[in-house]
Amino acid sequence: MVNTIGRNIIRFFVLVLVQVLVIKNIELGRFVNPFVYVLFMIVLPFETPKWMLLIIGFVLGLTIDMFYDTMGMHAAACVFIAFVRPSVLNWFSPREGYEFGMQPTIQYLGVPWFLSYSAILIVLHHFVLFFIEVFRFSEFFSTLLRVIISSIFTLLLVVVSQYLFNKKKEEE
Amino acid sequence: MRNLFLFIWRNYFIFLFLLLEALCVYLIVQNNNFQRASFVNSSNSISAGILEASANVKEYFYLKDANEKLAKENAELRGKLMVSFAVSLNDIHTSYDTTFHQKYTFTSAKVVNNSTNRRNNYLTLNKGSKQGIKNNMAVITSSGVVGQVKDVTDNFCTVMSLLNSKTTISSKIKKDGSYGPLSWDEGDDLSMATLHDIPTHVRLIPGDTIVTSAYSLTFPENIMIGTVESYVQKSGQYFYTVKVKLSTDFKKLSHVYIVTNIMKDEQEGLEKKSETDGKTSQ
Repeated sequence: MVNTIGRNIIRFFVLVLVQVLVIKNIELGRFVNPFVYVLFMIVLPFETPKWMLLIIGFVLGLTIDMFYDTMGMHAAACVFIAFVRPSVLNWFSPREGYEFGMQPTIQYLGVPWFLSYSAILIVLHHFVLFFIEVFRFSEFFSTLLRVIISSIFTLLLVVVSQYLFNKKKEEE
Repeated sequence: MRNLFLFIWRNYFIFLFLLLEALCVYLIVQNNNFQRASFVNSSNSISAGILEASANVKEYFYLKDANEKLAKENAELRGKLMVSFAVSLNDIHTSYDTTFHQKYTFTSAKVVNNSTNRRNNYLTLNKGSKQGIKNNMAVITSSGVVGQVKDVTDNFCTVMSLLNSKTTISSKIKKDGSYGPLSWDEGDDLSMATLHDIPTHVRLIPGDTIVTSAYSLTFPENIMIGTVESYVQKSGQYFYTVKVKLSTDFKKLSHVYIVTNIMKDEQEGLEKKSETDGKTSQ
């Protein structure tokens, strides 16, 4: 248990730093803004209490907001995916349910499961974030395009980081 | 009452969610409405410290560019020195001090944080109220306009970049002085902006220079903005909409100048006075 908490705290800081120091500086035009830090919300353990999910989402979002100067936008998006995460997990649960000690990663539940689960959370997060940022519906389609393209890039990075992370785990 | 608490307790997840979202919305709205330094933004000391360290490293990659730009600017400034005028324009030399008085002063600042890939982009600079920076001051570089100061803390300020949906700059076409508002519209990329309301009798040629107009309290006149790329007359309108190629490379900003208009208060006060006088006399 302590091990899990410790690992998650380290993951929090690593992902935030990677996001604000590396990914924030990679600029591939106005339509591609990946937000890899969402991975933290995706791979939190199944046993995380629901209320804690919301608080963690809020803190994570606000931390990112401090660096992006966006005050509350990332927090709103993160709290939103923290809110839908239990329902999405329920929806995708295998017939026999999740076993104790399982984690929502590629390693435990396979590629198709992880892809669909994380894609939904990422798209929802980006959708909320970009629409709050633009704050008007007159640019609906160009914003939607940003959501889709950025989501694809985030998903790509999330999956790649999963493979890097899993490899390390097998050696342990 | 007990039932109400029970109801809230049973649905605590939804209520906590709504509470947190409400808090987020409050933060977002407050930050957009009030032009004041909020507690949690990148002027905040912790994140500004980290970002400044990161900017320090990043600066090395642009050293060559920055050097070239500075050298070019130095050369330009040297050309304007009195020394270079001394021989041919000896007469003007003495009268310079009395006929012209200073209207603008410039403070150089370093960019410690910069965004270009969002719909509303901001910069953070390492100068703040201790160095005399105030809201709404203009920010420029040697190559052109950058934006306007938004929030100020003791040692940092955030700047609303030209690449922001809320920025509008009063600008004019240099060759004949016809003016209009310039903004960063949907569909403009990093090096583009849109100039509106240029009358159709103006004969535009791609490559014409666009500069800031004299009608702005913030920006000095004749600061470079960019050049005309293309223009269209939308059906039913008597104006051209002009696509402007920006002269500033927003991705490579490292040193900028914050412009102080010394006479701003005087002019503002006068205009306000005339307005209120006009209202009372009617």
